[in-house]
Amino acid sequence: MTLTSKTLLILAGLALAACNNPRAGGTFGGGGADGFGNNGFVDAGITTGNLGDPNDPRSVAHFQQRIGDRVFFTVDSSSLTDEGRATLSAQARWLNENTQYSIVMEGHADERGTRDYNIALGERRANAAMQYLVSQGVSANRMRVVSYGKDRPVEACAAQRCWDINRRAVTAIAGVTG
Amino acid sequence: MIRLFQLLPALVLIWVTGFLATLPAQAQPLRLQITEGVIEPMPFAVPAFVPENSAGGQYADRLARVVAANLSNTGLFREVPPQAHIARISSFDASVSYSDWRAINVQALITGAVSVSGNRMTVKFRLFDVLTGQQVGDGLQFAGTTDSWRRMAHKVSDAVYSRITGEGGYFDSRVTFISESGPRTNRTRRLAIMDQDGENVQFLTDGRAMVIGPRMSNSGERILYTTYETGTPRIALMNTQTGQRQLVGDIPGAQVFSPRFTPDGGGLVFSAARGGNTDLYRLTLATGQMQQLTSSPSIATGPTFSPDGRFIAFESDRSGTSQIYIMPASGGEARRISFGQGRYSTPVWSPRGDLIAFTKQNAGRFHIGVMRTDGSEERLLTASFLDESPTWAPNGRVVMFTREAQGGDPSLYSVDITGRNLRRVPTPGPASDPSWGPLLQ
Repeated sequence: MTLTSKTLLILAGLALAACNNPRAGGTFGGGGADGFGNNGFVDAGITTGNLGDPNDPRSVAHFQQRIGDRVFFTVDSSSLTDEGRATLSAQARWLNENTQYSIVMEGHADERGTRDYNIALGERRANAAMQYLVSQGVSANRMRVVSYGKDRPVEACAAQRCWDINRRAVTAIAGVTG
Repeated sequence: MIRLFQLLPALVLIWVTGFLATLPAQAQPLRLQITEGVIEPMPFAVPAFVPENSAGGQYADRLARVVAANLSNTGLFREVPPQAHIARISSFDASVSYSDWRAINVQALITGAVSVSGNRMTVKFRLFDVLTGQQVGDGLQFAGTTDSWRRMAHKVSDAVYSRITGEGGYFDSRVTFISESGPRTNRTRRLAIMDQDGENVQFLTDGRAMVIGPRMSNSGERILYTTYETGTPRIALMNTQTGQRQLVGDIPGAQVFSPRFTPDGGGLVFSAARGGNTDLYRLTLATGQMQQLTSSPSIATGPTFSPDGRFIAFESDRSGTSQIYIMPASGGEARRISFGQGRYSTPVWSPRGDLIAFTKQNAGRFHIGVMRTDGSEERLLTASFLDESPTWAPNGRVVMFTREAQGGDPSLYSVDITGRNLRRVPTPGPASDPSWGPLLQ
């Protein structure tokens, strides 16, 4: 998803949320349901936010695009790869400098498994990523986990290419805490 | 000789004391043994029911067509279509000219009659063994409202099926499932319920929140399912009669999912995932009492009760890959029962208690299979790119499940426990996660 379409989505979400009761809980750019679409949680309001310029190291856009908001896993595994640890370490540095944000850690699985098992597996992956951030000094109080199992693929195709990018944990930047 | 059963508030069943109803019960040559796998379906005929008044006319053919479709869909019966019939049934009580039916190789003949007064309707039927020239069992009469006309045809089908196979029927039953629409990366999932033949679909949620994995209670009135309406997986309990709905089984900080009713409906067992570990919990609804059933540092999910409520089968990856285990319903030592190649998941105990249906993944393929409750006599019923989530027909002879073709949308399919008669179940669009409810009363 491009930054432009993501921004438009958020603007659309803001318009929808205007008649609701806004509160922290909306997230920026997670791969899963995040309150913007018609599949999101019903009563999660959306906080006003600006993705900003990815060249601005303090922007959410920078976190998502330059640092990378997701890490990937091998089949049926929740072990972090070296690349995943490097990404999470960079995420932790950003999060420790931008402490106003809370985080929804999303866990996802590919479609090559049964539904309930994949929710459990997604939780394991999200937990592995979250524990790594905690080890890098990010407070667990800023984070909550949600597992979507196999039901929120970032891309849908019945091929290895899609399964590889769907086995992921996404660090979704949520509303400003407090 | 009149027996009265309360069916629906508006649907009543009585024995018809017809002209043959006083015949003694005979040894029945009209018989199919389902367990052996029927290769040659039994030919049957079901002429349009006889309208006993003019208002009944509009249902005369439709009732017969529903009965014919039900029986044909089992794969155990083959219809000899009305165009081939020689004899005409113009009176429900007239004697049957067996030779006319033998001439077109019909073995089972079903005759019926219908009358309608206002919104009330009465449906009668008889079953005949054409080869021996005898009626099989008593005639039966169903009375109810016209809007339940399909149910009356299902009741006729169940009675015919039971008399010929010696097994319980499953036609007058409903299935809850997830109806899917929209792009796969942002899917709309709605809880839905329909008759077992795909008719009378009703949507029970509006699609705003993602919902998965419904289970119908043994009484058929309530549904448990997993919903993302609060942002994390939660368990919802819905009463389909009253429309009442509540969230149950909250465990702070945990993802809760995979809910299943206890056989008596008084509680549920479900999974809670927290800290990278998924365990099974049991909740008693009346008291809110919660009990942790497993505490292994691994995934425990997909629970299913034995029909007597004494045991729970579930899937766990405690051995390294997902396998099926059985433990006492109060928790405790779990015994692994799946030892074949590959991974096993989604165990579902047959309502008869004799078999456990499961999903098996092996060598890149998915299978629906059944095994005995000690893990022996594993039998794979299907093979495809992605099959999962089996559920049992109320008679324990047919399994419905989700099939997803490679690159395609999921659909519901059914197959009998001999692996024959694989059929797609009609749904209004993509569908998944079926849960087959009980025979309706």
